[in-house]
Amino acid sequence: MTLTVNGQRVDLPVDGAGSVTVVDLLNHLKLTGQPCAVEVNKTLVPKRSHAAHALRENDTIEVVTLVGGG
Amino acid sequence: MSSAASNSSASPTSASSLVIGTRSFSSRLVVGTGKYKDFPTMQAALDASGSQVVTVAVRRERLYNEKGQSLLDAIDLKRYTILPNTAGCFTAEDAIRVARLGRELLEQLGNPGASWVKLEVLGDKKTLLPDPMGTVEATRQLVAEGFEVLAYSSDDPIAALRIKQAGATAVMPAGSPIGSGQGVLNRSNILLCLELLKQGDPTYPVIVDAGVGAASDTAIAMEIGADGVLLNTAIAHAKDPVLMAHAMKHATWAGRESYLAGRIPRKLYASASSPFEGAISYIPGE
Repeated sequence: MTLTVNGQRVDLPVDGAGSVTVVDLLNHLKLTGQPCAVEVNKTLVPKRSHAAHALRENDTIEVVTLVGGG
Repeated sequence: MSSAASNSSASPTSASSLVIGTRSFSSRLVVGTGKYKDFPTMQAALDASGSQVVTVAVRRERLYNEKGQSLLDAIDLKRYTILPNTAGCFTAEDAIRVARLGRELLEQLGNPGASWVKLEVLGDKKTLLPDPMGTVEATRQLVAEGFEVLAYSSDDPIAALRIKQAGATAVMPAGSPIGSGQGVLNRSNILLCLELLKQGDPTYPVIVDAGVGAASDTAIAMEIGADGVLLNTAIAHAKDPVLMAHAMKHATWAGRESYLAGRIPRKLYASASSPFEGAISYIPGE
């Protein structure tokens, strides 16, 4: 499955059931367990929904964290 | 420095807390976490500032690069209330998205800053001046979603008033452009902002945000009646950030106390502090 994540193309392996969730994406990106917020196609997907939210081909995803700022 | 920079955030006039919506703080200084040369310097500066609220930004995770040390490892989330900003947003829509993402992150972290946001809707990349219409639009939407909105504004009193009327919990007029170090360029406008925003609502919080270059700027903002000051670059880019943070803490107190004490009127002529009566000298005209 091809996604655009943080402006980059990401090819994600699809499992036997053909379903890829936000949790799968975070695992692929090695971000599991780290505080990060996820938006799919400009809509926030809260953490409690990460395991259930199925991604679709060509979804545009933002994965963000907190950095220094004023 | 360590002996001078006490951990105490309480002002000598500790009876006067900074109240912003549902929150109350003994420190009236809010500081940013950006632009520091390294995290230890930032940590020491935050400590020296006595601040209880620190601002942060929401940005993309680095996907495949070395993750490096995270800001979240460097900030004591039990000590500081985090105020996430929407810096870098030029539309209401983007600012709303970023506010939601910031809230999601702070909810995951269990930090009390989850329900508020420092709203910035910028109008221009070179000046970073705020877009008043976009700010009003985003404020309305975010308030409807349950956010306490602390809105960055220009020092235009009517723009500031419209943002308050849109539901902002606090309005934060700029002293001068972000990071410019020009201080409070238009005291009259800040005074008018204070008057209009506090009319019939004297406890409404007005925080001077942006433009501070040195401790005197902070003192001036506080002395003319601001409830607090928000700054970042003046500390982070000072030659000695920790010492400047300490100076900012004292300037905030000094300005606040000077405001509460009430300044004397400005007069054209002198008024001798030592009595003329009993002077043995020749006094012209007498």
